[in-house]
Amino acid sequence: MAIPDSAIPRPGRPKLDTVPRGDPRDRGGKAQPLLIVENLTKHFPIRTGLLNRGRGAVQAVEDVSFVIMKGETLGVVGESGCGKSTLARLLMRLIPQTSGHLIFDGDPVEAMRGVSLKEFRRNVQMVFQDSASSLNPRLPVVDSIAFGPRAHGVKKATARAGAEELLGKVGLMPDLFGGRYPHELSGGQKQRVNIARALALHPRLLILDEAVSALDKSVAAQVLNLLRYLKRHLNLTYMFISHDLGVVQYISDRILVMYLGQIVEIGPADEICGQPKHPYTRALLASQLSTDPESRIETAPISGDPPSPVSPPPGCRFHTRCEFAEAVCAAKAPAFANWSEPGSHVARCHMEDPTSGHSRARVSGQSPAYHTRAIPAE
Amino acid sequence: MTDTTVNSIGAAALPKSRSYLATVGRRLRYDYVTLFFLAIILLVAAAAIFAPLIAPFDPLKTSMAFRLKPIGYRNFLLGTDELGRDMASRLIYGGRMSLLMGLAPVAIASIAGGCLGVIAGFIGGRVNTAIMRTVDVFYAFPSVLLAVAISGTMGGGVANGLMALTLVFIPPICRVSETATTQVRHLDFVDAARASGASAWRIIVYHILSNVAAPVFIYASSLISVSILLAAGLSFLGLGVTPPAPDWGQMLANLRQAIYVQPLVCALPGIAIFLTSLSFNMVSDGLRQAMDVKS
Repeated sequence: MAIPDSAIPRPGRPKLDTVPRGDPRDRGGKAQPLLIVENLTKHFPIRTGLLNRGRGAVQAVEDVSFVIMKGETLGVVGESGCGKSTLARLLMRLIPQTSGHLIFDGDPVEAMRGVSLKEFRRNVQMVFQDSASSLNPRLPVVDSIAFGPRAHGVKKATARAGAEELLGKVGLMPDLFGGRYPHELSGGQKQRVNIARALALHPRLLILDEAVSALDKSVAAQVLNLLRYLKRHLNLTYMFISHDLGVVQYISDRILVMYLGQIVEIGPADEICGQPKHPYTRALLASQLSTDPESRIETAPISGDPPSPVSPPPGCRFHTRCEFAEAVCAAKAPAFANWSEPGSHVARCHMEDPTSGHSRARVSGQSPAYHTRAIPAE
Repeated sequence: MTDTTVNSIGAAALPKSRSYLATVGRRLRYDYVTLFFLAIILLVAAAAIFAPLIAPFDPLKTSMAFRLKPIGYRNFLLGTDELGRDMASRLIYGGRMSLLMGLAPVAIASIAGGCLGVIAGFIGGRVNTAIMRTVDVFYAFPSVLLAVAISGTMGGGVANGLMALTLVFIPPICRVSETATTQVRHLDFVDAARASGASAWRIIVYHILSNVAAPVFIYASSLISVSILLAAGLSFLGLGVTPPAPDWGQMLANLRQAIYVQPLVCALPGIAIFLTSLSFNMVSDGLRQAMDVKS
């Protein structure tokens, strides 16, 4: 019951469950990031009035740059409305970006001599948050899974055989579940089908947009373990988007923290969780619920709502809610450098920059001052 | 790789899933009301198709001696009309015209209006505005008035009547299909289909139509009875079939003067129109319930 080699018409494609470490699809080598995102920006114009005149724009994603290395899991966290889902849709090219570009395994996407959009989409797939609406209610799930390969010119019987194989891979018996309609499946089963559908094109990068957020904790845990299993066996790279820091911590190698359309901090998962640099990341970590009565907190570590993305605050976007905010924070935007080095841990904060003029700015070579709270508890 | 399969209750014990059409068919089988009216429609249809074999007389043969005879008079099963033609034969032949005028405009309008709606809904934006506002212009007129106006301008006759009715039904069907398309258009599975690199055409054929076909079909089936009534109305006003050919609406118009002589015979075409259109309505209703499988 191996997936036929001809499932995707491409020479030398490995069998699904025996993808070797050295992936023949790899072009740039191990050091070449799978995806480089450079200065990606998305503004949604606000149209009002009879003549659809623009009245400003929602700055959903602003100047976002990062890399995804081959074989890693990059977690993306942030509050609701911080642009996580917009970022996912931008990466999938479901919506056009205002500016910025993508480089996939060394080749620019949709550029001269780069990879075509169709080729790019075969390599990058997405699992959507709403497991119910992401399956066609009128199609048996096996046909939903087989749709992608069919669109890429695979014969119907071959595509269906591949889809049934994938159903088995995600833990659903093909004979039993293949002919079912989405309304005959539970939430967890639907999300498994969605994962199978995303895998049908043998992608190299899988974007998981709140893939387990709508599921019960126990079902979510099953799906997370399934994802780890699939990653090992299919040589996948994940971008895992969630508002749940706990889940992201569990699955990610590196974590990217977003606030109001910008990356505020990016770095290895244990560093982000152990020694967060940005005040926002620290607030996010502190707001996690704990089972330890000692670490119980009375006041919320961060209060209020994020400012409107239509007119974000000048300077550092977080300064309106930051306990360390000073004049320099409102005056100029903090720099964000070294994002392209995969091992680096960088934060978009004036306190990180010795030359910024912030009173708590780290002095080169010394431990930064932000490890002490501004207002001591009690 | 089936060893990774999770199934705690034992696969053999679980029933196989039924396909959508099988579920709909199963529901219809136990819906006796719908089946009864479906039988009436089939009866009318069979009578219309096999009219030459069933009709006892020539529907056009007049006879001055047997004008306006009551039901059951000699061999005239349902009496005769004002020119002495056999009512039973004329009703059987008239069913042809009624069914044609009921089904053809709705079928053509479903395809035309359905496509228009899907295009408007899928592309959205200015194309949507252009198509839907044009359609709204037709909405401004009551359907009867519109049908009479179009028919009146183009002149009587079956072809013009057909065209008039088709034009009347395109706007509402277009609106239903546009609404259904817009609802589906922004769901994640359409995005997922786009993300898999499929062309817009493939997405429409595979994902949109499967979701739009059912509501359009159900709505169109409810329009068949309206179409029959409108066609009868056009004929009644002299805008439909040209006189000697039998047609229920026209028969009703011609027998109008004889209402005090043979009230029962005069009512027959009306009863035929009523029964047929009611049957289509009931069947459409039953279909709608049976096809509402989701949940």
